[in-house]
Amino acid sequence: MPSRSSASFSSPLPPLDTRYQVETPEGIDLHLRPAGLVPRALAFAIDLAIRGLILSATFIVLGLLGQFGMGLGTILLFLVTWWYMVLFEVLNQGRSPGKQMLGLRVVHDDGTPIGWAASLTRNLLRFVDILPFGYTLGIISCLNHPAFKRLGDIAAGTLVVYRDAPLSKPLLADAEPLPAPFTLNLDEQRAVLGFAERGGQLSAARRAELAALLAEPLQVPAEQAEPRLNGIARGLLGSAP
Amino acid sequence: MKQSLFESRHQPDWDAFNSQLEALERGKSKTQAYHGFAASYRQLCQHLALAQARGYSSHLIDQLQQLAMRGHQQFYRHRSHLGAQMIRFLFGGFPRLVRSEWRSVCVASLLFFGSLALMGLLTYLYPELIFSLVSPDQVSEMEGMYDPDARRLGRFSERGSGDDWVMFGFYIMNNIGIAFQTFASGLLLGLGSLFFLLFNGLMIGAVAGHLTRIGYGEPFWSFVIGHGAFELTAIALAGAAGFKLGWALLAPGRLPRGEALRLAAGKAIQLVAGVILFLLLAAFIEAFWSSTTFASPNIKYAVGAGLWALVLSYLLLAGRRQHAPD
Repeated sequence: MPSRSSASFSSPLPPLDTRYQVETPEGIDLHLRPAGLVPRALAFAIDLAIRGLILSATFIVLGLLGQFGMGLGTILLFLVTWWYMVLFEVLNQGRSPGKQMLGLRVVHDDGTPIGWAASLTRNLLRFVDILPFGYTLGIISCLNHPAFKRLGDIAAGTLVVYRDAPLSKPLLADAEPLPAPFTLNLDEQRAVLGFAERGGQLSAARRAELAALLAEPLQVPAEQAEPRLNGIARGLLGSAP
Repeated sequence: MKQSLFESRHQPDWDAFNSQLEALERGKSKTQAYHGFAASYRQLCQHLALAQARGYSSHLIDQLQQLAMRGHQQFYRHRSHLGAQMIRFLFGGFPRLVRSEWRSVCVASLLFFGSLALMGLLTYLYPELIFSLVSPDQVSEMEGMYDPDARRLGRFSERGSGDDWVMFGFYIMNNIGIAFQTFASGLLLGLGSLFFLLFNGLMIGAVAGHLTRIGYGEPFWSFVIGHGAFELTAIALAGAAGFKLGWALLAPGRLPRGEALRLAAGKAIQLVAGVILFLLLAAFIEAFWSSTTFASPNIKYAVGAGLWALVLSYLLLAGRRQHAPD
Protein backbone atom coordinates (compact mmCIF):
# COMPACT_ATOMS: atom_id res chain seq x y z
CA MET A 1 0.00 0.00 0.00
CA PRO A 2 1.51 3.31 -0.96
CA SER A 3 1.86 5.71 1.85
CA ARG A 4 -0.65 8.49 1.48
CA SER A 5 1.39 10.92 3.45
CA SER A 6 0.66 14.56 3.19
CA ALA A 7 3.28 15.86 0.85
CA SER A 8 1.45 19.16 0.68
CA PHE A 9 2.56 20.54 3.97
CA SER A 10 6.21 19.73 3.95
CA SER A 11 7.04 20.18 0.31
CA PRO A 12 5.80 22.63 -2.29
CA LEU A 13 6.04 20.04 -5.09
CA PRO A 14 2.77 18.59 -6.30
CA PRO A 15 2.42 14.87 -5.59
CA LEU A 16 3.33 12.49 -8.38
CA ASP A 17 0.16 10.44 -8.10
CA THR A 18 -3.40 11.43 -9.02
CA ARG A 19 -4.42 12.67 -5.60
CA TYR A 20 -6.64 15.69 -5.71
CA GLN A 21 -6.28 18.23 -2.95
CA VAL A 22 -9.06 20.40 -1.65
CA GLU A 23 -8.44 23.12 0.87
CA THR A 24 -11.36 23.41 3.25
CA PRO A 25 -12.55 26.57 4.98
CA GLU A 26 -11.03 25.12 8.16
CA GLY A 27 -7.61 25.53 6.59
CA ILE A 28 -6.77 21.86 6.12
CA ASP A 29 -6.22 19.90 2.92
CA LEU A 30 -8.48 17.01 2.08
CA HIS A 31 -7.03 14.33 -0.15
CA LEU A 32 -9.36 12.80 -2.69
CA ARG A 33 -8.35 9.95 -4.94
CA PRO A 34 -10.19 10.22 -8.28
CA ALA A 35 -11.16 6.90 -9.81
CA GLY A 36 -10.01 6.09 -13.32
CA LEU A 37 -11.81 4.76 -16.33
CA VAL A 38 -11.84 1.03 -15.56
CA PRO A 39 -13.46 1.02 -12.09
CA ARG A 40 -15.98 3.58 -13.31
CA ALA A 41 -16.84 1.52 -16.36
CA LEU A 42 -17.26 -1.57 -14.18
CA ALA A 43 -19.50 0.32 -11.77
CA PHE A 44 -21.59 1.52 -14.69
CA ALA A 45 -21.86 -2.03 -16.08
CA ILE A 46 -23.14 -3.26 -12.72
CA ASP A 47 -25.69 -0.44 -12.56
CA LEU A 48 -26.78 -1.21 -16.10
CA ALA A 49 -27.33 -4.87 -15.22
CA ILE A 50 -29.29 -3.94 -12.10
CA ARG A 51 -31.49 -1.59 -14.09
CA GLY A 52 -32.08 -4.28 -16.68
CA LEU A 53 -33.16 -6.70 -13.98
CA ILE A 54 -35.48 -4.18 -12.30
CA LEU A 55 -37.15 -3.33 -15.59
CA SER A 56 -37.63 -6.87 -16.82
CA ALA A 57 -38.99 -7.99 -13.45
CA THR A 58 -41.46 -5.11 -13.15
CA PHE A 59 -42.60 -5.38 -16.75
CA ILE A 60 -43.51 -9.01 -16.21
CA VAL A 61 -45.49 -8.11 -13.08
CA LEU A 62 -47.09 -4.97 -14.50
CA GLY A 63 -47.89 -6.73 -17.74
CA LEU A 64 -50.42 -8.74 -15.77
CA LEU A 65 -52.19 -5.53 -14.75
CA GLY A 66 -53.13 -4.65 -18.31
CA GLN A 67 -53.38 -1.08 -19.54
CA PHE A 68 -52.94 0.59 -16.18
CA GLY A 69 -49.86 -1.54 -15.60
CA MET A 70 -48.48 -0.55 -18.98
CA GLY A 71 -48.85 3.14 -18.13
CA LEU A 72 -47.20 2.59 -14.79
CA GLY A 73 -44.49 0.57 -16.51
CA THR A 74 -43.75 3.40 -18.91
CA ILE A 75 -43.45 5.87 -16.06
CA LEU A 76 -41.17 3.40 -14.31
CA LEU A 77 -39.06 3.02 -17.44
CA PHE A 78 -38.71 6.78 -17.49
CA LEU A 79 -37.75 6.88 -13.81
CA VAL A 80 -35.19 4.11 -14.15
CA THR A 81 -33.69 5.53 -17.34
CA TRP A 82 -33.24 9.10 -16.22
CA TRP A 83 -33.49 9.11 -12.42
CA TYR A 84 -31.89 5.88 -11.14
CA MET A 85 -28.43 7.41 -10.84
CA VAL A 86 -29.66 10.76 -9.57
CA LEU A 87 -31.79 9.31 -6.79
CA PHE A 88 -29.09 6.93 -5.59
CA GLU A 89 -26.32 9.53 -5.75
CA VAL A 90 -28.23 12.16 -3.83
CA LEU A 91 -29.96 9.93 -1.30
CA ASN A 92 -27.20 7.38 -0.74
CA GLN A 93 -24.17 9.60 -0.11
CA GLY A 94 -23.00 9.71 -3.72
CA ARG A 95 -23.13 5.99 -4.31
CA SER A 96 -25.19 4.10 -6.85
CA PRO A 97 -25.19 0.33 -6.18
CA GLY A 98 -22.46 -0.21 -8.77
CA LYS A 99 -20.27 2.49 -7.29
CA GLN A 100 -20.88 1.09 -3.83
CA MET A 101 -19.62 -2.32 -4.92
CA LEU A 102 -16.51 -0.81 -6.49
CA GLY A 103 -15.87 1.42 -3.46
CA LEU A 104 -16.51 4.67 -5.33
CA ARG A 105 -18.62 7.70 -4.63
CA VAL A 106 -19.42 11.02 -6.29
CA VAL A 107 -18.59 14.33 -4.62
CA HIS A 108 -18.52 17.96 -5.66
CA ASP A 109 -15.18 19.38 -6.76
CA ASP A 110 -14.73 20.86 -3.30
CA GLY A 111 -15.22 17.51 -1.59
CA THR A 112 -18.74 18.22 -0.33
CA PRO A 113 -21.49 15.62 -0.83
CA ILE A 114 -23.26 15.81 -4.17
CA GLY A 115 -26.60 17.61 -4.37
CA TRP A 116 -29.61 17.48 -6.68
CA ALA A 117 -28.44 20.06 -9.22
CA ALA A 118 -24.98 18.60 -9.78
CA SER A 119 -26.22 15.03 -9.89
CA LEU A 120 -28.96 15.88 -12.38
CA THR A 121 -26.47 17.77 -14.54
CA ARG A 122 -23.90 15.01 -14.67
CA ASN A 123 -26.49 12.34 -15.38
CA LEU A 124 -28.39 14.29 -18.05
CA LEU A 125 -25.16 15.11 -19.84
CA ARG A 126 -24.43 11.38 -19.93
CA PHE A 127 -26.47 11.62 -23.14
CA VAL A 128 -23.56 13.51 -24.73
CA ASP A 129 -20.90 11.31 -23.18
CA ILE A 130 -22.31 8.21 -24.87
CA LEU A 131 -22.08 9.85 -28.30
CA PRO A 132 -21.36 8.88 -31.02
CA PHE A 133 -21.37 5.29 -29.75
CA GLY A 134 -20.31 3.35 -26.66
CA TYR A 135 -19.30 6.33 -24.48
CA THR A 136 -16.66 7.49 -26.97
CA LEU A 137 -16.73 11.16 -25.94
CA GLY A 138 -16.88 10.26 -22.26
CA ILE A 139 -13.92 7.91 -22.55
CA ILE A 140 -11.81 10.43 -24.45
CA SER A 141 -12.62 13.13 -21.92
CA CYS A 142 -11.98 10.77 -18.99
CA LEU A 143 -8.58 9.69 -20.29
CA ASN A 144 -7.49 13.25 -21.00
CA HIS A 145 -8.53 14.84 -17.73
CA PRO A 146 -6.13 14.89 -14.77
CA ALA A 147 -9.00 13.95 -12.44
CA PHE A 148 -10.60 11.49 -14.92
CA LYS A 149 -13.72 13.54 -15.49
CA ARG A 150 -16.13 12.84 -18.27
CA LEU A 151 -17.91 15.79 -19.91
CA GLY A 152 -20.84 15.55 -17.51
CA ASP A 153 -18.46 15.73 -14.56
CA ILE A 154 -16.73 18.81 -15.96
CA ALA A 155 -20.03 20.64 -16.44
CA ALA A 156 -21.48 19.57 -13.11
CA GLY A 157 -18.25 20.16 -11.18
CA THR A 158 -18.19 16.66 -9.72
CA LEU A 159 -15.57 14.00 -9.10
CA VAL A 160 -15.80 10.25 -8.77
CA VAL A 161 -13.44 9.28 -5.95
CA TYR A 162 -12.47 6.18 -4.03
CA ARG A 163 -13.87 5.78 -0.57
CA ASP A 164 -11.18 5.57 2.10
CA ALA A 165 -10.36 2.05 3.22
CA PRO A 166 -10.25 1.57 7.00
CA LEU A 167 -6.71 1.78 8.37
CA SER A 168 -5.03 -0.83 10.50
CA LYS A 169 -2.47 0.12 13.09
CA PRO A 170 1.05 -0.71 11.93
CA LEU A 171 3.30 -2.79 14.16
CA LEU A 172 6.62 -1.19 14.85
CA ALA A 173 9.72 -3.32 15.27
CA ASP A 174 10.97 -3.56 18.85
CA ALA A 175 13.85 -1.24 19.50
CA GLU A 176 15.33 0.81 22.29
CA PRO A 177 14.28 4.49 21.90
CA LEU A 178 17.22 6.57 20.76
CA PRO A 179 17.65 10.29 20.30
CA ALA A 180 18.32 11.47 16.76
CA PRO A 181 22.05 12.04 16.22
CA PHE A 182 21.36 15.46 14.68
CA THR A 183 18.32 17.69 14.30
CA LEU A 184 15.95 16.25 11.73
CA ASN A 185 13.83 18.51 9.61
CA LEU A 186 10.14 17.67 9.13
CA ASP A 187 10.67 15.72 5.91
CA GLU A 188 13.43 13.62 7.42
CA GLN A 189 11.39 12.98 10.53
CA ARG A 190 8.42 11.82 8.43
CA ALA A 191 10.73 9.65 6.35
CA VAL A 192 12.19 7.88 9.39
CA LEU A 193 8.73 7.34 10.88
CA GLY A 194 7.46 6.15 7.52
CA PHE A 195 10.29 3.63 7.29
CA ALA A 196 9.47 2.24 10.74
CA GLU A 197 5.71 2.07 10.09
CA ARG A 198 6.06 0.40 6.72
CA GLY A 199 8.66 -2.10 7.87
CA GLY A 200 6.06 -4.85 8.10
CA GLN A 201 5.25 -4.52 4.39
CA LEU A 202 8.85 -4.78 3.21
CA SER A 203 11.10 -7.81 2.98
CA ALA A 204 14.04 -8.02 5.34
CA ALA A 205 16.51 -7.60 2.49
CA ARG A 206 14.75 -4.49 1.21
CA ARG A 207 14.62 -3.01 4.72
CA ALA A 208 18.34 -3.56 5.15
CA GLU A 209 19.04 -2.09 1.72
CA LEU A 210 17.00 1.04 2.44
CA ALA A 211 18.50 1.50 5.88
CA ALA A 212 22.03 1.06 4.54
CA LEU A 213 21.58 4.24 2.52
CA LEU A 214 21.61 6.11 5.82
CA ALA A 215 24.55 4.24 7.37
CA GLU A 216 26.97 7.02 6.56
CA PRO A 217 25.09 10.00 8.04
CA LEU A 218 24.18 7.87 11.08
CA GLN A 219 27.85 6.89 11.40
CA VAL A 220 27.13 3.20 11.98
CA PRO A 221 28.08 0.06 10.00
CA ALA A 222 25.53 -0.78 7.30
CA GLU A 223 24.12 -3.81 9.12
CA GLN A 224 23.31 -1.76 12.23
CA ALA A 225 21.52 0.98 10.31
CA GLU A 226 18.10 -0.69 10.46
CA PRO A 227 17.91 -1.18 14.25
CA ARG A 228 19.30 2.30 14.65
CA LEU A 229 16.58 3.80 12.43
CA ASN A 230 13.87 1.89 14.28
CA GLY A 231 15.32 3.18 17.53
CA ILE A 232 15.26 6.76 16.32
CA ALA A 233 11.66 6.28 15.19
CA ARG A 234 10.76 5.00 18.65
CA GLY A 235 12.50 7.97 20.13
CA LEU A 236 10.55 10.34 17.90
CA LEU A 237 7.23 8.74 18.81
CA GLY A 238 8.03 8.87 22.49
CA SER A 239 6.39 6.63 25.03
CA ALA A 240 2.82 6.96 26.16
CA PRO A 241 2.55 8.02 29.78
CA MET B 1 4.95 17.14 22.39
CA LYS B 2 5.84 13.61 21.40
CA GLN B 3 3.44 11.77 19.18
CA SER B 4 2.54 9.08 21.71
CA LEU B 5 1.57 11.64 24.30
CA PHE B 6 -0.46 13.56 21.74
CA GLU B 7 -2.23 10.37 20.68
CA SER B 8 -3.03 9.15 24.15
CA ARG B 9 -4.24 12.56 25.21
CA HIS B 10 -6.65 13.04 22.31
CA GLN B 11 -7.65 9.48 21.42
CA PRO B 12 -10.88 9.70 23.52
CA ASP B 13 -11.90 12.85 21.61
CA TRP B 14 -11.29 11.15 18.29
CA ASP B 15 -13.23 8.08 19.33
CA ALA B 16 -16.15 10.24 20.46
CA PHE B 17 -16.05 12.14 17.16
CA ASN B 18 -15.95 8.84 15.29
CA SER B 19 -19.06 7.52 17.00
CA GLN B 20 -20.81 10.84 16.40
CA LEU B 21 -19.93 10.53 12.73
CA GLU B 22 -21.24 6.99 12.58
CA ALA B 23 -24.57 8.11 14.02
CA LEU B 24 -24.80 10.88 11.43
CA GLU B 25 -23.76 8.59 8.57
CA ARG B 26 -26.48 6.11 9.47
CA GLY B 27 -28.88 9.00 8.96
CA LYS B 28 -30.05 9.29 12.52
CA SER B 29 -31.15 12.85 12.94
CA LYS B 30 -31.32 12.76 16.68
CA THR B 31 -30.36 16.01 18.25
CA GLN B 32 -27.58 14.57 20.39
CA ALA B 33 -25.77 13.52 17.22
CA TYR B 34 -25.57 17.18 16.18
CA HIS B 35 -24.73 18.44 19.61
CA GLY B 36 -21.24 19.89 19.66
CA PHE B 37 -20.48 18.49 16.22
CA ALA B 38 -19.14 21.73 14.81
CA ALA B 39 -16.82 22.25 17.75
CA SER B 40 -15.49 18.68 17.61
CA TYR B 41 -14.97 18.99 13.86
CA ARG B 42 -13.01 22.20 14.25
CA GLN B 43 -10.94 20.64 17.01
CA LEU B 44 -10.17 17.66 14.83
CA CYS B 45 -9.06 19.94 12.01
CA GLN B 46 -6.77 21.68 14.45
CA HIS B 47 -5.32 18.36 15.59
CA LEU B 48 -4.70 17.39 11.98
CA ALA B 49 -2.93 20.65 11.27
CA LEU B 50 -0.83 20.23 14.44
CA ALA B 51 0.07 16.65 13.57
CA GLN B 52 1.21 17.75 10.14
CA ALA B 53 3.16 20.71 11.45
CA ARG B 54 4.94 18.55 14.03
CA GLY B 55 5.85 15.89 11.51
CA TYR B 56 3.96 13.07 13.19
CA SER B 57 3.84 9.72 11.46
CA SER B 58 1.83 8.98 8.33
CA HIS B 59 -0.41 6.55 10.11
CA LEU B 60 -1.65 9.13 12.58
CA ILE B 61 -2.08 11.77 9.91
CA ASP B 62 -3.96 9.38 7.62
CA GLN B 63 -6.24 8.47 10.46
CA LEU B 64 -6.98 12.11 11.28
CA GLN B 65 -7.35 12.88 7.60
CA GLN B 66 -10.04 10.23 7.24
CA LEU B 67 -11.91 11.57 10.23
CA ALA B 68 -11.64 15.10 8.86
CA MET B 69 -12.88 13.90 5.48
CA ARG B 70 -15.90 12.19 7.00
CA GLY B 71 -16.57 15.22 9.20
CA HIS B 72 -16.37 17.46 6.16
CA GLN B 73 -18.90 15.27 4.35
CA GLN B 74 -21.36 15.56 7.21
CA PHE B 75 -20.70 19.20 7.97
CA TYR B 76 -21.21 20.40 4.41
CA ARG B 77 -24.11 18.12 3.60
CA HIS B 78 -26.94 20.03 1.93
CA ARG B 79 -29.91 19.33 4.11
CA SER B 80 -32.31 21.86 2.69
CA HIS B 81 -36.03 21.34 2.60
CA LEU B 82 -36.61 20.23 -0.95
CA GLY B 83 -40.31 21.04 -0.77
CA ALA B 84 -39.85 24.62 0.41
CA GLN B 85 -37.10 25.13 -2.12
CA MET B 86 -39.31 23.90 -4.94
CA ILE B 87 -42.20 26.13 -3.97
CA ARG B 88 -39.91 29.14 -3.83
CA PHE B 89 -38.50 28.17 -7.22
CA LEU B 90 -41.97 27.78 -8.66
CA PHE B 91 -43.33 31.07 -7.32
CA GLY B 92 -40.48 33.30 -8.35
CA GLY B 93 -37.15 31.68 -9.00
CA PHE B 94 -38.02 30.02 -12.27
CA PRO B 95 -39.73 32.92 -14.07
CA ARG B 96 -37.02 35.26 -12.81
CA LEU B 97 -34.38 32.90 -14.17
CA VAL B 98 -36.14 32.69 -17.55
CA ARG B 99 -36.26 36.48 -17.74
CA SER B 100 -32.62 36.86 -16.76
CA GLU B 101 -31.65 34.35 -19.47
CA TRP B 102 -33.80 36.17 -22.02
CA ARG B 103 -31.11 36.09 -24.71
CA SER B 104 -30.85 32.34 -25.04
CA VAL B 105 -34.58 31.96 -24.40
CA CYS B 106 -35.34 34.36 -27.26
CA VAL B 107 -32.92 32.63 -29.63
CA ALA B 108 -34.30 29.19 -28.83
CA SER B 109 -37.92 30.35 -29.07
CA LEU B 110 -37.32 32.10 -32.37
CA LEU B 111 -35.66 29.01 -33.83
CA PHE B 112 -38.30 26.62 -32.58
CA PHE B 113 -41.51 28.59 -33.08
CA GLY B 114 -40.13 30.27 -36.20
CA SER B 115 -39.30 27.01 -37.92
CA LEU B 116 -42.63 25.59 -36.75
CA ALA B 117 -44.67 28.47 -38.18
CA LEU B 118 -42.68 28.69 -41.39
CA MET B 119 -42.87 24.98 -42.06
CA GLY B 120 -46.57 24.95 -41.23
CA LEU B 121 -47.23 27.72 -43.71
CA LEU B 122 -45.11 26.17 -46.43
CA THR B 123 -46.72 22.74 -46.02
CA TYR B 124 -50.12 24.37 -46.17
CA LEU B 125 -49.20 26.08 -49.43
CA TYR B 126 -47.12 23.28 -51.00
CA PRO B 127 -48.75 19.97 -50.00
CA GLU B 128 -46.00 17.70 -51.30
CA LEU B 129 -43.47 19.32 -48.95
CA ILE B 130 -44.51 17.12 -46.03
CA PHE B 131 -43.16 14.03 -47.76
CA SER B 132 -39.65 15.49 -47.71
CA LEU B 133 -39.72 15.25 -43.91
CA VAL B 134 -42.21 12.56 -42.98
CA SER B 135 -42.59 9.15 -44.60
CA PRO B 136 -45.96 8.35 -46.23
CA ASP B 137 -46.68 5.68 -43.62
CA GLN B 138 -46.28 8.15 -40.81
CA VAL B 139 -48.41 10.69 -42.65
CA SER B 140 -51.30 8.26 -42.93
CA GLU B 141 -50.82 7.29 -39.27
CA MET B 142 -51.04 10.97 -38.31
CA GLU B 143 -54.14 11.36 -40.43
CA GLY B 144 -55.69 8.38 -38.65
CA MET B 145 -54.94 9.91 -35.26
CA TYR B 146 -56.77 13.15 -35.97
CA ASP B 147 -59.57 11.81 -38.11
CA PRO B 148 -62.61 13.92 -37.16
CA ASP B 149 -64.70 10.74 -36.93
CA ALA B 150 -62.50 9.12 -34.31
CA ARG B 151 -63.92 8.76 -30.83
CA ARG B 152 -60.74 9.72 -29.05
CA LEU B 153 -57.94 11.92 -30.24
CA GLY B 154 -54.22 11.71 -30.28
CA ARG B 155 -51.95 8.74 -30.06
CA PHE B 156 -53.45 5.38 -29.11
CA SER B 157 -56.86 6.49 -30.31
CA GLU B 158 -56.79 3.82 -32.99
CA ARG B 159 -56.70 1.17 -30.26
CA GLY B 160 -59.83 2.65 -28.84
CA SER B 161 -58.25 2.36 -25.44
CA GLY B 162 -59.94 4.38 -22.77
CA ASP B 163 -56.94 4.12 -20.55
CA ASP B 164 -55.48 7.56 -20.00
CA TRP B 165 -52.71 6.12 -17.86
CA VAL B 166 -50.95 4.53 -20.81
CA MET B 167 -50.93 7.85 -22.57
CA PHE B 168 -49.80 9.70 -19.48
CA GLY B 169 -46.83 7.36 -19.12
CA PHE B 170 -46.04 7.55 -22.80
CA TYR B 171 -46.16 11.34 -22.90
CA ILE B 172 -43.89 11.64 -19.88
CA MET B 173 -41.37 9.24 -21.35
CA ASN B 174 -41.46 10.72 -24.82
CA ASN B 175 -41.62 14.43 -24.12
CA ILE B 176 -39.26 14.65 -21.19
CA GLY B 177 -36.86 12.43 -23.13
CA ILE B 178 -36.93 14.89 -26.03
CA ALA B 179 -36.45 17.84 -23.71
CA PHE B 180 -33.50 16.16 -21.99
CA GLN B 181 -31.88 15.40 -25.33
CA THR B 182 -32.42 18.96 -26.51
CA PHE B 183 -30.73 20.24 -23.36
CA ALA B 184 -27.85 17.78 -23.11
CA SER B 185 -26.80 17.94 -26.74
CA GLY B 186 -26.23 21.66 -26.26
CA LEU B 187 -22.88 20.59 -24.86
CA LEU B 188 -21.81 19.91 -28.47
CA LEU B 189 -21.13 23.64 -28.92
CA GLY B 190 -24.87 24.25 -29.05
CA LEU B 191 -25.20 22.32 -32.30
CA GLY B 192 -27.24 19.50 -30.78
CA SER B 193 -29.81 21.88 -29.30
CA LEU B 194 -29.96 23.69 -32.62
CA PHE B 195 -30.64 20.41 -34.39
CA PHE B 196 -33.33 19.20 -32.00
CA LEU B 197 -35.10 22.58 -31.93
CA LEU B 198 -35.18 22.84 -35.70
CA PHE B 199 -36.02 19.18 -36.22
CA ASN B 200 -38.94 19.23 -33.78
CA GLY B 201 -40.10 22.62 -35.05
CA LEU B 202 -40.08 21.46 -38.67
CA MET B 203 -41.80 18.15 -37.86
CA ILE B 204 -44.58 19.69 -35.81
CA GLY B 205 -44.99 22.49 -38.33
CA ALA B 206 -45.22 20.07 -41.24
CA VAL B 207 -47.78 17.89 -39.52
CA ALA B 208 -49.83 20.90 -38.41
CA GLY B 209 -49.80 22.41 -41.91
CA HIS B 210 -50.68 19.12 -43.57
CA LEU B 211 -53.56 18.27 -41.23
CA THR B 212 -55.00 21.76 -41.51
CA ARG B 213 -54.84 21.60 -45.29
CA ILE B 214 -56.69 18.30 -45.57
CA GLY B 215 -59.45 19.56 -43.30
CA TYR B 216 -58.48 17.84 -40.04
CA GLY B 217 -57.64 21.20 -38.55
CA GLU B 218 -60.33 21.32 -35.93
CA PRO B 219 -59.57 18.01 -34.15
CA PHE B 220 -55.85 18.67 -34.43
CA TRP B 221 -55.77 22.23 -33.14
CA SER B 222 -58.30 21.66 -30.42
CA PHE B 223 -56.22 18.67 -29.32
CA VAL B 224 -52.84 20.36 -29.19
CA ILE B 225 -53.68 23.86 -28.07
CA GLY B 226 -54.15 23.00 -24.38
CA HIS B 227 -51.02 21.08 -23.53
CA GLY B 228 -49.04 22.82 -26.29
CA ALA B 229 -48.84 25.87 -24.05
CA PHE B 230 -46.67 23.95 -21.61
CA GLU B 231 -45.07 21.44 -23.95
CA LEU B 232 -43.84 23.74 -26.71
CA THR B 233 -42.64 26.37 -24.23
CA ALA B 234 -40.80 23.66 -22.34
CA ILE B 235 -39.01 22.42 -25.47
CA ALA B 236 -37.94 25.98 -26.28
CA LEU B 237 -36.69 26.47 -22.71
CA ALA B 238 -34.78 23.19 -22.85
CA GLY B 239 -33.15 24.44 -26.04
CA ALA B 240 -32.29 27.70 -24.27
CA ALA B 241 -30.63 25.72 -21.48
CA GLY B 242 -28.67 23.77 -24.09
CA PHE B 243 -27.56 26.99 -25.78
CA LYS B 244 -26.24 28.24 -22.47
CA LEU B 245 -23.94 25.22 -22.28
CA GLY B 246 -22.80 25.63 -25.87
CA TRP B 247 -22.28 29.37 -25.51
CA ALA B 248 -20.14 28.87 -22.40
CA LEU B 249 -17.84 26.69 -24.51
CA LEU B 250 -17.83 29.00 -27.53
CA ALA B 251 -17.43 32.28 -25.67
CA PRO B 252 -16.24 31.61 -22.12
CA GLY B 253 -15.38 35.26 -21.53
CA ARG B 254 -12.67 35.77 -18.94
CA LEU B 255 -12.97 32.32 -17.44
CA PRO B 256 -11.35 29.05 -18.45
CA ARG B 257 -13.75 27.00 -20.59
CA GLY B 258 -14.27 24.34 -17.92
CA GLU B 259 -15.13 26.92 -15.28
CA ALA B 260 -17.44 28.84 -17.62
CA LEU B 261 -19.20 25.59 -18.48
CA ARG B 262 -19.63 24.71 -14.82
CA LEU B 263 -21.20 28.09 -14.04
CA ALA B 264 -23.45 27.97 -17.09
CA ALA B 265 -24.53 24.42 -16.26
CA GLY B 266 -25.60 25.56 -12.79
CA LYS B 267 -28.03 28.03 -14.36
CA ALA B 268 -29.05 25.71 -17.16
CA ILE B 269 -29.97 22.84 -14.86
CA GLN B 270 -32.40 25.12 -13.03
CA LEU B 271 -34.05 25.89 -16.34
CA VAL B 272 -34.26 22.13 -16.92
CA ALA B 273 -35.91 21.68 -13.53
CA GLY B 274 -38.60 24.13 -14.63
CA VAL B 275 -38.87 22.33 -17.95
CA ILE B 276 -39.52 19.05 -16.15
CA LEU B 277 -42.35 20.63 -14.16
CA PHE B 278 -43.85 22.10 -17.32
CA LEU B 279 -43.69 18.77 -19.12
CA LEU B 280 -45.28 16.88 -16.25
CA LEU B 281 -48.14 19.36 -16.37
CA ALA B 282 -48.30 19.05 -20.15
CA ALA B 283 -48.42 15.26 -19.99
CA PHE B 284 -51.19 15.45 -17.43
CA ILE B 285 -53.25 17.85 -19.54
CA GLU B 286 -52.57 15.88 -22.71
CA ALA B 287 -53.64 12.57 -21.22
CA PHE B 288 -56.61 13.66 -19.15
CA TRP B 289 -57.99 16.74 -20.91
CA SER B 290 -56.82 17.14 -24.52
CA SER B 291 -57.79 13.63 -25.54
CA THR B 292 -61.34 13.81 -24.23
CA THR B 293 -64.15 14.36 -26.67
CA PHE B 294 -66.93 15.46 -24.34
CA ALA B 295 -65.75 19.09 -24.47
CA SER B 296 -66.59 20.86 -27.70
CA PRO B 297 -63.70 22.28 -29.74
CA ASN B 298 -64.74 25.81 -28.81
CA ILE B 299 -64.37 25.08 -25.13
CA LYS B 300 -60.98 23.52 -25.81
CA TYR B 301 -59.88 26.58 -27.76
CA ALA B 302 -60.97 28.81 -24.90
CA VAL B 303 -59.20 26.68 -22.30
CA GLY B 304 -56.13 26.44 -24.53
CA ALA B 305 -56.00 30.21 -25.00
CA GLY B 306 -56.35 30.59 -21.25
CA LEU B 307 -53.45 28.20 -20.68
CA TRP B 308 -51.23 30.05 -23.16
CA ALA B 309 -52.05 33.34 -21.44
CA LEU B 310 -51.30 31.69 -18.11
CA VAL B 311 -47.90 30.39 -19.23
CA LEU B 312 -46.86 33.67 -20.82
CA SER B 313 -47.99 35.81 -17.92
CA TYR B 314 -46.33 33.40 -15.49
CA LEU B 315 -43.01 33.63 -17.30
CA LEU B 316 -43.24 37.38 -17.79
CA LEU B 317 -44.81 38.56 -14.57
CA ALA B 318 -44.40 36.06 -11.72
CA GLY B 319 -41.86 36.83 -9.04
CA ARG B 320 -41.43 40.47 -9.96
CA ARG B 321 -42.08 41.68 -6.46
CA GLN B 322 -39.07 41.85 -4.20
CA HIS B 323 -40.60 39.55 -1.61
CA ALA B 324 -42.42 36.99 -3.60
CA PRO B 325 -44.85 34.91 -1.59
CA ASP B 326 -43.16 31.68 -0.70
